[in-house]
Amino acid sequence: MFERLSVMLMKEFLELRRDRWAMFRLIAPLLIQMLVFGYAATFTVHHVATAILDLDQSQASRSLVSHFVATSRFDVVDVAKNQADITRDIEEDKAVIAIVIHAGFARDLENGRSAPLQVIVDGTNSNTALIALGYISQIVAQFSADQASRAFSPRVGTVPPEIGISLQTRPWFNEGLDDRWFFIPGVIGTLTLLQVVSLTAFAIVREREVGTLEQIMVSPIRPFEFILGKTVPFFLIGLGDIALVSTFGILWFHVPFIGSAWVMLLGASLFLLAALGMGLLLSTFSRTQQQAFALNFFFVNPFFILSGFAFPIAAMPKLLQWFTLVNPLRYFLVVIRAVFLKGVGIAVLWPQLAALAVLALAMLTLSVLRFRKSLD
Amino acid sequence: MTAEVNDVAIRAQGLSKSFGAVQAVRAAEFTVSRGEIFGLVGPDGAGKTTIMRMLAGVLRPDAGGILVDGVDVGAEAERAKLRLSYMPQRFGLYEDLTVAENIFFYGELFSVPRKERLARSTELLDAAGMSPFRRRLAGQLSGGMKQKLGLVCALIHTPQVLLLDEPTTGVDPVSRRDFWAILYNLRESGVTILLSTAYMDEAERCSRLALLHGGQIRYCDTPARLKQAMPGALFAIASPTPRALRTAVAGQPGVLGVLLMGDRVHVRVDDPARRLPELRDLLAGLGVPDGAILATEPGIEDVFVALLGQEAPT
Ligand SMILES: Nc1ncnc2c1ncn2[C@@H]1O[C@H](COP(=O)(O)OP(=O)(O)OP(=O)(O)O)[C@@H](O)[C@H]1O
Ligand SMILES: [Mg+2]
Repeated sequence: MFERLSVMLMKEFLELRRDRWAMFRLIAPLLIQMLVFGYAATFTVHHVATAILDLDQSQASRSLVSHFVATSRFDVVDVAKNQADITRDIEEDKAVIAIVIHAGFARDLENGRSAPLQVIVDGTNSNTALIALGYISQIVAQFSADQASRAFSPRVGTVPPEIGISLQTRPWFNEGLDDRWFFIPGVIGTLTLLQVVSLTAFAIVREREVGTLEQIMVSPIRPFEFILGKTVPFFLIGLGDIALVSTFGILWFHVPFIGSAWVMLLGASLFLLAALGMGLLLSTFSRTQQQAFALNFFFVNPFFILSGFAFPIAAMPKLLQWFTLVNPLRYFLVVIRAVFLKGVGIAVLWPQLAALAVLALAMLTLSVLRFRKSLD
Repeated sequence: MTAEVNDVAIRAQGLSKSFGAVQAVRAAEFTVSRGEIFGLVGPDGAGKTTIMRMLAGVLRPDAGGILVDGVDVGAEAERAKLRLSYMPQRFGLYEDLTVAENIFFYGELFSVPRKERLARSTELLDAAGMSPFRRRLAGQLSGGMKQKLGLVCALIHTPQVLLLDEPTTGVDPVSRRDFWAILYNLRESGVTILLSTAYMDEAERCSRLALLHGGQIRYCDTPARLKQAMPGALFAIASPTPRALRTAVAGQPGVLGVLLMGDRVHVRVDDPARRLPELRDLLAGLGVPDGAILATEPGIEDVFVALLGQEAPT
């Protein structure tokens, strides 16, 4: 058995080595996607085009305006003279957000009444708008804190730390943390899943399609020896992927890696086994590489969306929440984020690791059984 | 009893296989003796490949039993695989591995000891005239060489029974002759060969033939006896316009079949003594001289068409 497995592995690596572009195809898409995700997939918004209309023209209102001018989150593109200017700015897309300080703002503040502030938002990009609104509440809260401290003490107080008073407008966003830190580990898991599932599925379907599977099955090789021979290389490639992309994330994006590499290795291994099982399963449902491609596309996307990568699982309908229970990515994301950012170990992560182990076992068993059937 | 079992290389009994609604093979029965070259002939979709895949143990029959070299393929596929070898219709070796690497790979899969593998591969490559191409990628070989490489890989573990599915389709005539030379040598050394072929000249070289149609074995005998079994007698008519001639002759009384063979037309008639004068009259009217009509021995293609009632796949 070992000689058949080892010659199978030898063959796989020979083929891989023969394929001049293999290394490039394995690594380049990962790094490029990592860069794209690292820069693009972020909830932080900068330079939101903002118009301001100050109808109060008091010291207090000017102070509030200066708060907006001071932060790089907002670019004040227009200091408007009247309501019509504001309307035009929004309609002509000059500004995404308009802030209107009504007359009597300072007076209301003095009297301790709540001073209304009108914020007009271009809702066509609801994401940016929501995030910007969050910042506005932060700034306003900061401002009122300043005002309050001024009211209590005549001296100008030092600026208190911003985080302490931020409003919880985005519960999924780990406040105070660079959200790139939150994304990069997720990207590592997601990209690895994509790559390993498709590589495995394609490699096996290819053998079926070009006819080499038929020829090899005439030899005394057993189906599980063939499967091992096909999957072990992708397991190693997957581990290499994770190591490479993690290193890249740590060095390039300065994501901290607080936890233990061993916990990471354990989690990654279980996760990869589950991914290999998925790829193998897909391959048993496809006769041609084209079918495998379509299936891959059909399956991997939901796994990605229903993983908690970007959309909180708790906010999903119950049915979808149940589905996430069989999604290995869901568990691995928890593991990888926790290992990277929190540095927790097996004591905390064992439920996720156990779930990954169960999923890996189930998918591999199922796919091996189906693979035997699909040989006919 | 023992003697009989030892002489039988392949025995198929009541072999059946359906794919959905398609009955690819129906109750096929045949026995191949040791040292035979047994041919499966039949039109496209007749079930040749399906039979071979079942014999090779890669496809499970719906019903029926198979004995290869005394081993029950259904019960002990793994053991049977060590004694037989199957070369699929489609080239199944790794195109991005070299000739030598493919041979090494299959040698290892069959656990052929290193020394034996080296000796055997040298011998086989020499016989196939492929020694200079050891380092060439399999994907860069010509069609004929690919088939020879397939044969070398199939023979690396010295099987007793060799199953070849249309091994020479798409191979040039010279390579086909080489290929057959290897097959004859193998038979000399006691290997039993079962092959399917679309070439009638190859069918003629087989010791016995099974004529397959619609998944059923219609006839199974030596080429000579199959020819005797052909009803009627045959005339060959040479003509510069064979197609026109075929049209003219077809449907005449007593004419059982007309077959175009290059620049001749083969006409099968029920009663030669009676039909020859009739044919002569008919042809005189078309300007064909008497001397162009000759009684002839049937080739296997004539038999094929006569027995299966349809054009042979060439
Ligand atoms: N895996 C399969 N799934 C479905 N139908 C099949 C399968 N294999 C064969 N068939 C069908 O079974 C019948 C017999 O096919 P088979 O390949 O055995 O014919 P063949 O004699 O080898 O033909 P050819 O000369 O074209 O190779 C055909 O109708 C074919 O379509
Ligand atoms: Mg066939």
